[in-house]
Amino acid sequence: MNAENISTYLQELDPAIVLEAGGEWTTVQVPVSAWKVVAQQLFTDHQLNFLFCVTCVDWKTHLSMVYHLRSTITDTTLVVKVQLNSDQPEIDTVSDIWRTAEFHEREAYEMFGVTFIGHPDLRKLILPDDFEGFPMRKNFEDPVNMIKL
Amino acid sequence: MYSETTIVNPAASAPLKEGQLVINVGPQHPATHGVLHLVITLEGETIIKIEPHLGYIHRSIEKMSESLSYRQFIYVTSRMDYLSAHINNLACALCVEKGMQLEIPARAQVIRIIMSELTRIASHELWVGAMAMDLGAFTPFFYTFRERETINDIMEQTCGARLTMNYMVPGGVMYDLHPEFVSRVKSFIQQFKNKITELEDLVTNNIIFRNRTVGIGVLSKADAISFGCTGPVARASGVDGDIRKRFPYSGYEQLEFEQCIDTAGDSFARYIVRIKEMYQSIHIIEQLIDAIPEGDFQAKTKAVIKLPKGEFYSQVETARGELGVYIISEGGTTPYRIKYRSPGFSNLSALDYMARGSKIGDLMATMGTLDLVIPDIDR
Repeated sequence: MNAENISTYLQELDPAIVLEAGGEWTTVQVPVSAWKVVAQQLFTDHQLNFLFCVTCVDWKTHLSMVYHLRSTITDTTLVVKVQLNSDQPEIDTVSDIWRTAEFHEREAYEMFGVTFIGHPDLRKLILPDDFEGFPMRKNFEDPVNMIKL
Repeated sequence: MYSETTIVNPAASAPLKEGQLVINVGPQHPATHGVLHLVITLEGETIIKIEPHLGYIHRSIEKMSESLSYRQFIYVTSRMDYLSAHINNLACALCVEKGMQLEIPARAQVIRIIMSELTRIASHELWVGAMAMDLGAFTPFFYTFRERETINDIMEQTCGARLTMNYMVPGGVMYDLHPEFVSRVKSFIQQFKNKITELEDLVTNNIIFRNRTVGIGVLSKADAISFGCTGPVARASGVDGDIRKRFPYSGYEQLEFEQCIDTAGDSFARYIVRIKEMYQSIHIIEQLIDAIPEGDFQAKTKAVIKLPKGEFYSQVETARGELGVYIISEGGTTPYRIKYRSPGFSNLSALDYMARGSKIGDLMATMGTLDLVIPDIDR
């Protein structure tokens, strides 16, 4: 099944899921409440078994989680974006579906402050344990360790 | 850096049972080849759990890239996976070119592939030497470094640097090839073919090496996919996910080469896959070295590059696996956000799963074959 079919299927499933134009691959916006169900379906019904890139983007007004999914069988690639509230970003974990998400979600947790509900071990991975703030957010300023050039 | 309690008792929720022991491998340890810190819970000699602590060489390259222009940020990426700097630079250049919708001259395409494959050989050569040394054999290290030195000298002559070459730029390559390049690469191919049999005799057919690696650190195909493993690690488990074949870039689609796949999924399979890949890389270079087209080595580009608003993703096959560069542009001269999907980060996440239940002595055979480069993981 190609990416267009999957996105049409998803849109029929939930009218709140919308197609986004402009990216290299088919991109869908999924509401945060539907994400876990959609993720499970993408994995079991649509053979998207390889989660190769998980990241978060700070758009100042909101955060956006970006999941790049691919099927190792059909090479179909689908990008899923989930918008999150900046003040209290919370989203269901998918580390029980794709195990690689465990590390990637820990990175998003420490860098952007996103809380993953149901994550087995949500702790800082790269930063020191006592680090304060979320360095990849756009409003982060650190006078000691200058990152901006 | 880490409070003492976290190191002694890594998971407060799961206190140690009687007879269990926590030991630290690293951050300064000869076998981790960098500043990787593993907190290992043992019961006798059996590994119960491995917890990697990262970040000792974290430089926040992603954040740094947000304030660098599209010409500058490429040079920072040489410092991620320093053993395949060429291929990192290529991934970034490809991503910027995608945004600019730029045509690359044929000469530049061919130079890029030859350089990438030379890098792959150099990286695998280093890995074989270091891996054998981890398992107690010192001699292969000298054999592999002899070949790697030759490649580094060729690189130095053309690029001016031996490790962080910074040779790929948006639009092509930075300089034209050195006049002696072709003859030196040809003599290297001869050297490689003559000497690789020595290495195979010394390592591949070595009974001690086989005893230490066959059946150790087995990763099944389904697990390799689930953990996001790529590169030789995934191919040794039967995942045919070579980006050069599945999503060809830079002219790989016109070349004839095989994707090296094994199904055993153990440490020895990962070794064999890398050895076979070196032969394939030589095969690719042989197809191109006599057919480097004449012409420009760089497309004409403006001094200041601006990308249109949008998202661009490029993926390449480095020596360690799939490197993805994800640029989000808001239309300016610097990226709004860059994400590097580094192969080592995902490969490392499988280590805990692979090593559980095995003996601590086998950990080096398992971890060694993942070919971890720590700056690539920490970024």
